[in-house]
Amino acid sequence: MGEKAFFTKDLSVYYGEKQAIKKISMDFPSREVIALIGPSGCGKSTFLRSLNRMNDVIPGARVEGQIWIDGRDINDPATDVVLLRQKIGMVWQKPNPFHKSIYENIAFGPRYHGIRDKKKLDEIVESSLRKTALWDEVKDRLHRSALALSGGQQQRLCIARSVAVQPSILLMDEPASALDPVSTAKVEELIAELKREYCIVIVTHNMYQAARVSDKTAFFLMGDLVEYDTTQKIFTNPSHRSTDDYISGRFG
Amino acid sequence: MNTPVKEDRTAGDRLTRYPKHIREDWFGRVYVYLCVALMVVTIFSIVWFIASKGLNPFVSGAIGIPDLLLGHVWKPEGEPPLFGALPFLAGSASVSFIAAAIAAPFGFCAAVFMTQIAPKLGRTVLQPAIELLAGIPSVVYGFVGLSVIVPFLRDNFPGQGFGILAGAIVLSIMILPTVTSIATDALSTLPAGLREGSFALGATRWQTIYRLILPTTLPSLLTGIVLGISRAFGEALAVQMVIGNAPHVPRSLLESAATLTSIITLEMGNTVGGSLHNNVLWSLALILLLMTFLFVFIVRMLERRAKR
Ligand SMILES: Nc1ncnc2c1ncn2[C@@H]1O[C@H](COP(=O)(O)OP(=O)(O)O)[C@@H](O)[C@H]1O
Ligand SMILES: [Mg+2]
Repeated sequence: MGEKAFFTKDLSVYYGEKQAIKKISMDFPSREVIALIGPSGCGKSTFLRSLNRMNDVIPGARVEGQIWIDGRDINDPATDVVLLRQKIGMVWQKPNPFHKSIYENIAFGPRYHGIRDKKKLDEIVESSLRKTALWDEVKDRLHRSALALSGGQQQRLCIARSVAVQPSILLMDEPASALDPVSTAKVEELIAELKREYCIVIVTHNMYQAARVSDKTAFFLMGDLVEYDTTQKIFTNPSHRSTDDYISGRFG
Repeated sequence: MNTPVKEDRTAGDRLTRYPKHIREDWFGRVYVYLCVALMVVTIFSIVWFIASKGLNPFVSGAIGIPDLLLGHVWKPEGEPPLFGALPFLAGSASVSFIAAAIAAPFGFCAAVFMTQIAPKLGRTVLQPAIELLAGIPSVVYGFVGLSVIVPFLRDNFPGQGFGILAGAIVLSIMILPTVTSIATDALSTLPAGLREGSFALGATRWQTIYRLILPTTLPSLLTGIVLGISRAFGEALAVQMVIGNAPHVPRSLLESAATLTSIITLEMGNTVGGSLHNNVLWSLALILLLMTFLFVFIVRMLERRAKR
């Protein structure tokens, strides 16, 4: 295992009185894929959202504890959320391309961060689309609406859009669960490819997917981190009874 | 032994249509068709009536279409009578467009506030307040305009206070509910993921509103503005009370003017049915009708763009 991309320390998240995440401490190595698994409502999305402070915009949500990235606690009031989110990209279950052209979707983030030069933007668009294996599919229609793409292409476009602002961490919340099997396979290939450059945290309900794409797996249960180990270990020889029950489908 | 046969028969009987259902169905259908037919007939007869009356001055050769549309002078009692409607066209267009220009930014801001910034406060305070505006009768707007806006303009600017600006201000308040509610609908039906997607790229809330949300909803926002202009164009009473009703092309916003609607309401009582003057007023009504068609057409186009 290489260097750490980031880690959390006693991270808790509350919605009003209710504690959705209970003092979770986890290390996330660079250039690896970490899968978060667990039954619905156990707090996977909540945990993921707290990593780039997307919980800020949810009324009533409150975060305690620390998340350290580059020697800085992101919950520190002095942390700039804009710069933080540039470092940490996010992709959702439902593809959410903007109602703009493919080109504008990708150029959107870099423009926010002050890149105006047309040639530079062209380069970023091309390299982002190449990284997500979309370039050959869309290079002839860069200026057409992104909404005309298929669901799988839209999802890869959303990944490309995140990649365009040069993050070091990518958060994916069930990125393939709304896609057909072929598109799912493409997204999984893409994850395997992208992990050479990024730390990828992926929430998934699909045990096979977790086993296929991830290096480490964390099992969540009712806001607790039950077990966090190499995917190999979790899927062949878990230390906890409940982990075993979950991955073998005995509850869910 | 023949029990199964009997059962079959009862089953068959149960599936025969009841005469009562057939009657009800038939009655319902006739009723709906009658209503629709009546509506279509009413609409077409109104259009036909306005068109036949309104085209009469041109068909009879009394005046030419350019005389009406481009003429500067409105002197129905003159010798010969002059029917130049340009002052009213200019008056209607300028009050409506200025009203929309005033109402649009307020409407957008109210909609952004209600959907993006403080939905709770927006829903409980701002929205009912704006809906209330829509229910106030136009004579009340005119009255308020007459007692508040006109004196204010008179005291602070040159002129008598009556004029295009007073009319436009009154109208802008009247069309605010239209502009706001359409903008609010457009903003609240945006897919929820869009905002998050933009935040996750590091955009601030204002950047998201300005660079993503407004451009995405632009066709719908324009629809609201066009409907607002259309309403302003057709409003007669409130405008008539504050615009001064002087039939010349105004050279400034503070000078008295008149609109198509205000001249119709003012003069129709003084004319005899079938006279040239009366028919020319119908021509003005026809112009209003055609403008309405145009606005409906524009709104349709915009809606088609918004759907894409
Ligand atoms: N916006 C919210 N407001 C209040 N409670 C929430 C909100 N989002 C999630 N929760 C609650 O927090 C818990 C964890 O939810 P979530 O993180 O979405 O779980 P998962 O992604 O693992 O299915 C659930 O009990 C859910 O009801
Ligand atoms: Mg979830």
